[in-house]
Amino acid sequence: MEKRKPTAISKGGPMGMRMGGTPQKAKHFKKTMLTILGYMKPYWGYLVLVVVCAVVSTAFAIASPKILGHMTDEIIKGLMGRKGINFDAVAGIGIWLICLYILSAVFSYVQGWIMTNISQKITYAFRKDVSKKISKLPLRYFDKHENGDIVSRVTNDIETISQNLNQSMTQIVTAIITIIGILCMMISISWQLTIIAILVLPISMAFISLVVKRSQKYYDKQQSALGEIDGHVDEMFSNHVIVKTFNGEKQSIDEFNRINTKLYESGWKSQFLSGLMMPIMHFISNLGYVGVAVVGGWLAINGKISVGDIQAFIQYMNQFTQPISQTANIANILQATAAAAERVFEFLNEKEESVETDKLSVPKIIKGEVDFKEVNFGYDIDRPIIKDFTIHIQPRQNVAIVGPTGAGKTTIVNLLMRFYDIDSGSISIDNIDIKDMHRNDVRGLFGMVLQDTWLFYGTIADNIAYGKPNATKKEIVAAAKAAYADHFISTLPDGYDTIISGTSDSISAGEKQLLTIARAILADAPMLILDEATSSVDTRTEALIQSAMDKLSHGRTSFVIAHRLSTIKSADVILVMKDGNIIEHGNHDDLMAKKGYYAELYSSQFSVV
Amino acid sequence: MKNLIKYFKPYIFWLIVLIAFVWGQANANLTLPDYMSKIVTDGIVGKNMDAVKSNGVTMLIVTLIGGLCAIAVGFIASKISTGYVRKLREETFIKVEKFSLNEFNSFSTASLATRVTNDMQQIQNVMAMIMRMAFLAPIMGIGSVIKAYHLAPSMSWIILVAIGALSCLIVMLFIVVIPKFSVIQKLVDRLSLQIKETLTGVRVIRAYNKDKDQHTKFNRTNLKSTNLNIFVNRVMALMSPVMMLIMGLSSLAVIWIGAYVINDGNLRIGDLLALMQYVAQTIMAFLMISIVFVMVPRVAVSFRRVNELLATEPVITDIDKPIHLPNKIKGLVKFDNVSFGYEGSDQPVLHDISFTAIPGETTAIIGGTGSGKSTLLNLIPRLYDVTKGVILIDGIDIRNILQSELRSHLGYIPQKASLFSGTVKSNVLYGDGNKKSESDLESAINIAQAKEFIDKLDDGVKSPISQFGSNVSGGQRQRLAIARALAKKPEIYLFDDSFSALDFKTDSTLRKALKKEVAHATFIVIAQRISTIMQAEKIIVIDEGRIVGEGTHQELLKKSKVYREIAQSQLSATELMENK
Repeated sequence: MEKRKPTAISKGGPMGMRMGGTPQKAKHFKKTMLTILGYMKPYWGYLVLVVVCAVVSTAFAIASPKILGHMTDEIIKGLMGRKGINFDAVAGIGIWLICLYILSAVFSYVQGWIMTNISQKITYAFRKDVSKKISKLPLRYFDKHENGDIVSRVTNDIETISQNLNQSMTQIVTAIITIIGILCMMISISWQLTIIAILVLPISMAFISLVVKRSQKYYDKQQSALGEIDGHVDEMFSNHVIVKTFNGEKQSIDEFNRINTKLYESGWKSQFLSGLMMPIMHFISNLGYVGVAVVGGWLAINGKISVGDIQAFIQYMNQFTQPISQTANIANILQATAAAAERVFEFLNEKEESVETDKLSVPKIIKGEVDFKEVNFGYDIDRPIIKDFTIHIQPRQNVAIVGPTGAGKTTIVNLLMRFYDIDSGSISIDNIDIKDMHRNDVRGLFGMVLQDTWLFYGTIADNIAYGKPNATKKEIVAAAKAAYADHFISTLPDGYDTIISGTSDSISAGEKQLLTIARAILADAPMLILDEATSSVDTRTEALIQSAMDKLSHGRTSFVIAHRLSTIKSADVILVMKDGNIIEHGNHDDLMAKKGYYAELYSSQFSVV
Repeated sequence: MKNLIKYFKPYIFWLIVLIAFVWGQANANLTLPDYMSKIVTDGIVGKNMDAVKSNGVTMLIVTLIGGLCAIAVGFIASKISTGYVRKLREETFIKVEKFSLNEFNSFSTASLATRVTNDMQQIQNVMAMIMRMAFLAPIMGIGSVIKAYHLAPSMSWIILVAIGALSCLIVMLFIVVIPKFSVIQKLVDRLSLQIKETLTGVRVIRAYNKDKDQHTKFNRTNLKSTNLNIFVNRVMALMSPVMMLIMGLSSLAVIWIGAYVINDGNLRIGDLLALMQYVAQTIMAFLMISIVFVMVPRVAVSFRRVNELLATEPVITDIDKPIHLPNKIKGLVKFDNVSFGYEGSDQPVLHDISFTAIPGETTAIIGGTGSGKSTLLNLIPRLYDVTKGVILIDGIDIRNILQSELRSHLGYIPQKASLFSGTVKSNVLYGDGNKKSESDLESAINIAQAKEFIDKLDDGVKSPISQFGSNVSGGQRQRLAIARALAKKPEIYLFDDSFSALDFKTDSTLRKALKKEVAHATFIVIAQRISTIMQAEKIIVIDEGRIVGEGTHQELLKKSKVYREIAQSQLSATELMENK
């Protein structure tokens, strides 16, 4: 029952207009931005360089239309005058301009080069920190949070930060310089024309915001319809067998058509409205152009300005709108960056497992005597589930943990391995309180075979040798043989070098379990935690797993999450769990005699239908 | 592609109208520089204020016309693309709803879902974009070149050089960068895979004290990805400065070289401005065309994927003259020499299966994983059709019955229970035209042992159920799935290992209730737990697709080796005897 989040579909609207829905707002914008700046600390010097490059490059770019205007003036002067065009002067301006263009390009590239470095290195640092953080968080965190959420922080959020940093850092600098620079140039040409140009701005802004507001509404509607349709398709296709066997096709198609119509209505409106922007802006800029031509013409006729100036001014006007719409966007980009960064920082600031110092070292030889003394524990402090639990387990005893699904059988594993610390009381191994040992040492005492087998991407040999990285090939094969896994491994084309990946179907669930047993055998820990297989394994492999587990647990203190009656009946101690608590313990005969929950559980399994 | 074109037919007229508007838009854009030129030459240089004003007004009118055309284009383009995709989406969804499991297997569920959602959106966005640019860009590009040529034939080479330089830049960037993109994508996937691996394995990793190793492994990929990204981004950073450089140099060239042409008396000063515009417009058109070229292959992939789906005909269909079943049937299910193999596989999954399931009795099927028992059950609702032999219900070959009619008599409970988003009630009463009543709901819930937990929910049967039923526990989900089948009141029940998610106690009370309340029905039950089926009237043991034993529990213990093995692995010897 894999839960799939509806996939996000193509964020950008048509014509590459960027309007990725209503931007997510960060809760503490300022604080988060400051933290990002902190991450940039090693690159302060470079950042200054970036700004310098951007300033120089933009300044050159802004200067060029005016100079190009001089060229035109030079030509007109030549035409009007008697002497003809002064081609030396034209060439002089031309060479000067070529240099400017090239220099502007070079500086702009240098700036892009450095910014790439910075943003990528920051991304690297973010990812590294998150990964490191994962290794330090207590298990409690992982049990409470969905894996998908953490993965999305490492991938999507960090990606957003890196892209936006790269983009907006450069944009903020260039856009601001461009706006100021162009304004100065415009005013230097003619204040009358500048007023016209600036008057056009609010008009076009008003129109754009009018259109954007409308199209944003439909865009959001479209996104929500898309989410709905994704959800419906996912649900119907995943449950296709049910839809078919219950004749639910019509119902499903009707629902689909309802959402599809909604999607169509919002879709075309959103697309049409966002497409309005270009023609409207085009018209308004032409309006400004005509205004400039008329007023400029009048000024020129009166000899106040030159034709070259008008040409330059028109070029400036064309360059003016872009940085302005960019700055309008920067706010959104910064918001999105802050929102993404906030999620990453939130993760990085989670409380870590305490650092342990001054702990006892574990004796070399462990007998495997385990004591629970008045143990109290609850996942939430105010909801204790294990209350005053005391039991003494002799070395080499087998402990079976039984109870219905969801009774919290893994709690015992969590406590023994110190994945969680108990609230009060003590758990001790060979009379040493596990709280006084290093967490890693405690975990090293146990071999663990869980039901949802975990193997990592790598070869079978590497997976078996996980707990003993320097194991020889011989040891690995020996362990596999002991776990009855050697046979199936040798039937694989690549044998022990077969790569195990998430998608590999060549290995069945049962076989994976055999591999985890081999892994535990090779690690050779003095105590064991086992989780018996349930239904997903075919009977023959199950028999192999059982023999392998019996072999493994022989002579070691072992805790078994038991499903098989034979395991339960032969256990030295049975812990009966219900609703998280251990409600009974003892061996089979004791518990049957007690006629309690265990007896009821036991007899219900064999009741006559 | 026949299917795709078929659905486009209603829009062909509108496409022609769209092209007409594009033509208007392009023409308006192309004549604008003429008026600019006139304003400068006749007006400003010629010191004639009236020429400035009249040309200015005409220019505004032309702009307005062009703008209106552009708006019309946008309107038609968005109507066509969304309308077409809406139809396409609907047709693909209806098609998929007709698919049998054969088609689901060959496509995979995730791939089908992508085709109906992501691919459609891709097609819609790209189509709108193409309709706006694919016609406009060539007209504008060619028009600009022609206009420029008319003004100054000797200067049109500037446009060609500028475009040549641009294409060199774009081609070079793409040759260097495109192959790296797929590598980057792989590394990104690898990163999230490694994180997922660490997260799912956190207990094992901690048990083996391997936290540091996992981190080192991740960081190795991290470093690789960072370095490659730096390389690619540095190359891509070339794009914008070089483009600006080309733009700048080409306008410089127009004026500089134009000086000589003007000097020879072949060009007016205002034309320089017009020429600069034409150069800029050609470059824009060229960029648009390159965008279209990048988009087309992408959308072609989506089109192909959708077409593939539409071209697939479901293997399982209704025959022309079906036999109709009465409203109430007896429910006698008979397998007669049935063999089955998946499409495209020579290896049959089931061989010569013959047995009869009698109303009022439980017929249990047991066998190891991969023995073919779930497949066998899937044959009865015709999720797959038999390859050989015949399945009869009340003596009628099920292939001669309408699928919907056949299924209305079957109550199917899948192995992994899954629910729909809605309420408890909408789930239990799901399907079959919703003809079921309140009392059906009540009794189904009671028999399925779901009453107790439903009553504890805040809104009882009106409590919300989220997608896949993820807000209730596995056992509860299973009980609701059973209630859903019960509410149909079918004559034949198909349980696909549906009890394994229940604890032993609920399992047995539920079976008792079933036996009591729906005594007349035929039960076909697949199970893993021997205890679930020990009491069945008939147990069929399947191994590697063949029936290897048939009889009651006690009979099979004596005569079937496979059954004994299964039994021994689950029960100890004394328990086997105890339950005589």
